[in-house]
Amino acid sequence: MTNLVTDTGVVFSRELRPVLRNPFTVVFAMVQPLVFLGLFAPLLPDDLSLQWFVPGIVVMSCLFGTSMTGSNLLFEIQTGSHERMLVTPLRRPALLIGRALKEIVPVVVQAAVIVAICLPFGFDLHLGGALLGLVILSVFCLGLGSLSYTLALAAKNQEWLFWTVQQTLLFPLLLLAGMLLPVEAGPGWLQALSKWNPLTYVVDAERALFNGDVWASTTVTGAIAAAAVGAFGLLVGTRAMRRSA
Amino acid sequence: MIETHDLTRHFKDVQAVRGINLTVAPGELVALLGPNGAGKSTTLRMLTTLIPPTSGTARVAGHDVVRAQREVRHRIGYIGQGNGAAHSQRGRDELISQGRAYGMKVADARRRAAELIESLDLGEVADRTVSTLSGGQRRRLDIAMGLIHAPELLFLDEPSTGLDPQNRANLQEHIVELRERYGTTIVLTTHYLDEADAMAERVIVIDHGRIIADDTPARLKDEHVGDRIVLGFEHETDAAAVAARVPHKSHQHGTEVTISVPGAPRLVTGLLDDLRAWGLPPAEVEVRRATLDDVFLQLTGRSLREGGAARSAGDTGETAPALVEA
Repeated sequence: MTNLVTDTGVVFSRELRPVLRNPFTVVFAMVQPLVFLGLFAPLLPDDLSLQWFVPGIVVMSCLFGTSMTGSNLLFEIQTGSHERMLVTPLRRPALLIGRALKEIVPVVVQAAVIVAICLPFGFDLHLGGALLGLVILSVFCLGLGSLSYTLALAAKNQEWLFWTVQQTLLFPLLLLAGMLLPVEAGPGWLQALSKWNPLTYVVDAERALFNGDVWASTTVTGAIAAAAVGAFGLLVGTRAMRRSA
Repeated sequence: MIETHDLTRHFKDVQAVRGINLTVAPGELVALLGPNGAGKSTTLRMLTTLIPPTSGTARVAGHDVVRAQREVRHRIGYIGQGNGAAHSQRGRDELISQGRAYGMKVADARRRAAELIESLDLGEVADRTVSTLSGGQRRRLDIAMGLIHAPELLFLDEPSTGLDPQNRANLQEHIVELRERYGTTIVLTTHYLDEADAMAERVIVIDHGRIIADDTPARLKDEHVGDRIVLGFEHETDAAAVAARVPHKSHQHGTEVTISVPGAPRLVTGLLDDLRAWGLPPAEVEVRRATLDDVFLQLTGRSLREGGAARSAGDTGETAPALVEA
């Protein structure tokens, strides 16, 4: 017999299959974070170390990849395979959760690649903290992926709508989270905006955790922010998927 | 297998489907024929649980399409207008995923996928990325996807749209063959007249969201149009003389006489003997068999063929039949 878990497993493994068939796509998708790593990191002021910058790039790679993932669904809506899935007995929430869960896989692989590249340049890996950081990031990624799919379901045949919204939100979220440069150096209004960005807390938590600082309060606030985004994304996403036709 | 009662669907101000009452028995092969926008696809989308009806009810494979969606979905196969297989996937992977979506075990899905790949001639392309397949190959893969769980009822929405004539014929062969082998009930929509004519034992003509005719193609043609013999003469006086003497319903127009008579191909030789005996041999003879387009024209005053403009009832024509919204 099937249930929500087996249905989710079917959708998850279907989504993962093209990645397994062609693993290089995962590395290909992280060109932008790598460009920032190679060309932006050398520009950092002396007081900002690689230790500070790398966790931000790990989150950035999650943000770029996962926020775009809805475009895969958008393409399947346009070609007809989403409709085909809707006529199968798969439960509607599984169609969303399975897809969103799959996003965690490239994020973890990309994090490993980024860390591996930075180790020879003096990046210090604290494995326990980094792993806990990836758990928090995965929860965030689950929510973000769901929101990206929601956007795809809402955009349907208007591809431009998906990309306009995605691109418009991407960079403000990224910059306001202090991903590239610390927000503390900015004016008050920018700092205030940053406090409303859940991604800020995730980035702060990742910085502390990748530095081995597991028992910091940022771990808790980061986990709460990630869980909030995860729960909100799943809620909105499953609603949108139930209405999909 | 299907039973609908006053099935209706509105989209905002548009009444796409207006009260369809339809019964399909197990094993039937039914074509829903009509121009674009007639309500065929909307009807199909309601029967396959994709959209709920605005009013009315439908039972499909023994279950209500609104109250028992999962039961219906388990029992039906659906091949939509697009490609069921995602372009980024490999065909075989999609077939196995599809089987698992219906609750099949991995090993069973794998076996069944191999069987369908074989019977739909997909062996050489099944392990390639779907985006590299030709239109005809993709369509056959879609058919395989729809059959993975051996459904008792299969819906096909415009199965051969966009295919060249050779691939269309090939696809039709596959559908007919699979039906003979598995006894599947098949409901398809089409706007290709020859497709409905060649494949379906029963044609349901839909126009403006309503069923306007429902019968075998042969009976539809006999009942609504019939066959015609068109005789051409050198002189108008000969034509008039013949029109007056033939013992069938006839109509003279200039040097041409059109005789409406069932079974025209059988009668034509005898008729020619009579004409010679009367000393009124025709210069030209043409037998025009009724087409489903003639039926549609008769029923609605509009043509299903290219251009969609109304033409005189005697006009047939040999152009590729494609329906365009009238």
